[in-house]
Amino acid sequence: MTLFKYSASELQEMIHNKEVTIEELTAESYKRIESLDGDVKAFLALNKEQAIAQAKEMDKVPASKRGPLFGLPIGVKDNIVTEGLETTCSSKILEGFNPIYDATVVRKLREAGMITIGKLNMDEFAMGSSTENSAYKTTSNPWDLDRVPGGSSGGSAAAVAAGEVPFSLGSDTGGSIRQPASFCGVVGMKPTYGRVSRFGLVAFASSLDQIGPITRNVRDNALLLEAISGVDESDSTSANVDVPSFVESLTGDVKGLRIGVPREYLGEGVSEAVKQSVLDALKVLESLGATWEEVSLPHSKYGLATYYLISSSEASSNLARFDGIRYGFRAENVENLMELYKETRAQGFGDEVKRRIMLGTYSLSAGSYDAYYKKAQQVRTLIKQDFDQIFEQYDVIIGPTTPTPAFKVGENIDDPLTMYANDILTIPVNLAGVPGISIPCGFSEGMPLGLQIIGKHFDEATIYRVAHAYEQATSFHKQTPQLWEGANS
Amino acid sequence: MANISKEEVKHVAHLARLAITEDEAEKFAGQLAAITTFAEQLNELDTTNVIPTTHVLPLVNIMREDQSVAGLDRDKMMKNVREQEAGQVKVPSILD
Repeated sequence: MTLFKYSASELQEMIHNKEVTIEELTAESYKRIESLDGDVKAFLALNKEQAIAQAKEMDKVPASKRGPLFGLPIGVKDNIVTEGLETTCSSKILEGFNPIYDATVVRKLREAGMITIGKLNMDEFAMGSSTENSAYKTTSNPWDLDRVPGGSSGGSAAAVAAGEVPFSLGSDTGGSIRQPASFCGVVGMKPTYGRVSRFGLVAFASSLDQIGPITRNVRDNALLLEAISGVDESDSTSANVDVPSFVESLTGDVKGLRIGVPREYLGEGVSEAVKQSVLDALKVLESLGATWEEVSLPHSKYGLATYYLISSSEASSNLARFDGIRYGFRAENVENLMELYKETRAQGFGDEVKRRIMLGTYSLSAGSYDAYYKKAQQVRTLIKQDFDQIFEQYDVIIGPTTPTPAFKVGENIDDPLTMYANDILTIPVNLAGVPGISIPCGFSEGMPLGLQIIGKHFDEATIYRVAHAYEQATSFHKQTPQLWEGANS
Repeated sequence: MANISKEEVKHVAHLARLAITEDEAEKFAGQLAAITTFAEQLNELDTTNVIPTTHVLPLVNIMREDQSVAGLDRDKMMKNVREQEAGQVKVPSILD
């Protein structure tokens, strides 16, 4: 039994009643990591000494100055910069890089009194769906160590699923929070583009990237999103819109809610077990007073191609900054500056990152720009319009998060297109910029399945209300992987 | 199927400042051809007069007061520089 089975509010009560101190809670996280992470391999750098010292100080803070997340441990994806704590994006090119400032979200975590436990493994520069593209290690799925945890925020989802931390931050460019949350049986939210500041998030595809929370239940997720949201003068693409209390929206009431279910999301390529779990979930929501109808997102099949052109083009530009000069890896034994650039990047980046830089450079190059990059941006408009039209008549869109449960390590790694197809149901959400969550909705082959709930721009509140009502009516989120109990803590 | 030659791959690699071996050029030529062929399904759609989406939010010209603020600390900035001399970043010669 671990403390991290409890929700944030239960943990606060335990702290308040002096059943546990913040220092003990922090130590519990490191104990779990010590006993489990040899198998799960979710963490990269650990912040142990500082975290314990911080926890000791926090135990002295009076109760009146504590918020709902005060003193609770969190893991942070390794593409979010943390001052003085190594941040590599799971790439050799940033090995040994110690950021000299905190990302805005990290500052907000600190202001909320959360304790950063360490940095979490990911696909290199967030490019991938399995963490197999990490230059350091492949994270295992806590439900079956032979399977992938998903990606790119695989470490963030696996650490929460294994009970190493009750909270983590991930980032989602084409499904990188929702797909691993689905594979690992946890709750993962990609907020509306612009809801959360991207300042200090190492950029992959700037028009798509968004930071979001991964937790074991919907309420904790809403609490954490509330803490990290808001406009930021350091990110001109963060939106100046009110941040409502997401927790207050958790009323349990979904009577009269109108749900659209895209036929394309229950079509070819989606496994029978996944389809069935979604239909069962819709029955649960119907029994609570919601109604659903089949709708169409006719351009969703073009999402994958659109996404790879746009995200790779943006990446080829964003990753130009890694040149070996001011930080990170630098190639040795070179003759001149051009060779330094080329050798540093050739030795520092992994294959998938190179492949995408090349694709992006190609699609932006003279003679290809109109045919690839501009065409993809035009199709993006059509995909966005599909969502706009549905949201004129429906409150949320529901479908599966992924076409199948987690696959085996090594199964798809040599075939980029098959690997990319994992994200076919999550990508359109990023292209449209709308928010989407994945919550546990069943099991197949012993592996968790995820239900995806998509909402209108800046309407995370409705998504949370629906997710919470469904969660309260089911018990999938209470199940834990076998290794959970085996840990000696 | 889109055809991308090894020479084209080498040109793109140069633009992207990536050193590339003959074997890699060969491998990437095949993979890039497969991905671009896949991407050409977008040509099924008529996008005449469709405005490209560069950004999903209606944001224009985010301005701030033109006031000077302190930048990052110089010593801190030099911390991650691998090769430096007299407080400056060292690079190989830039002229032949």
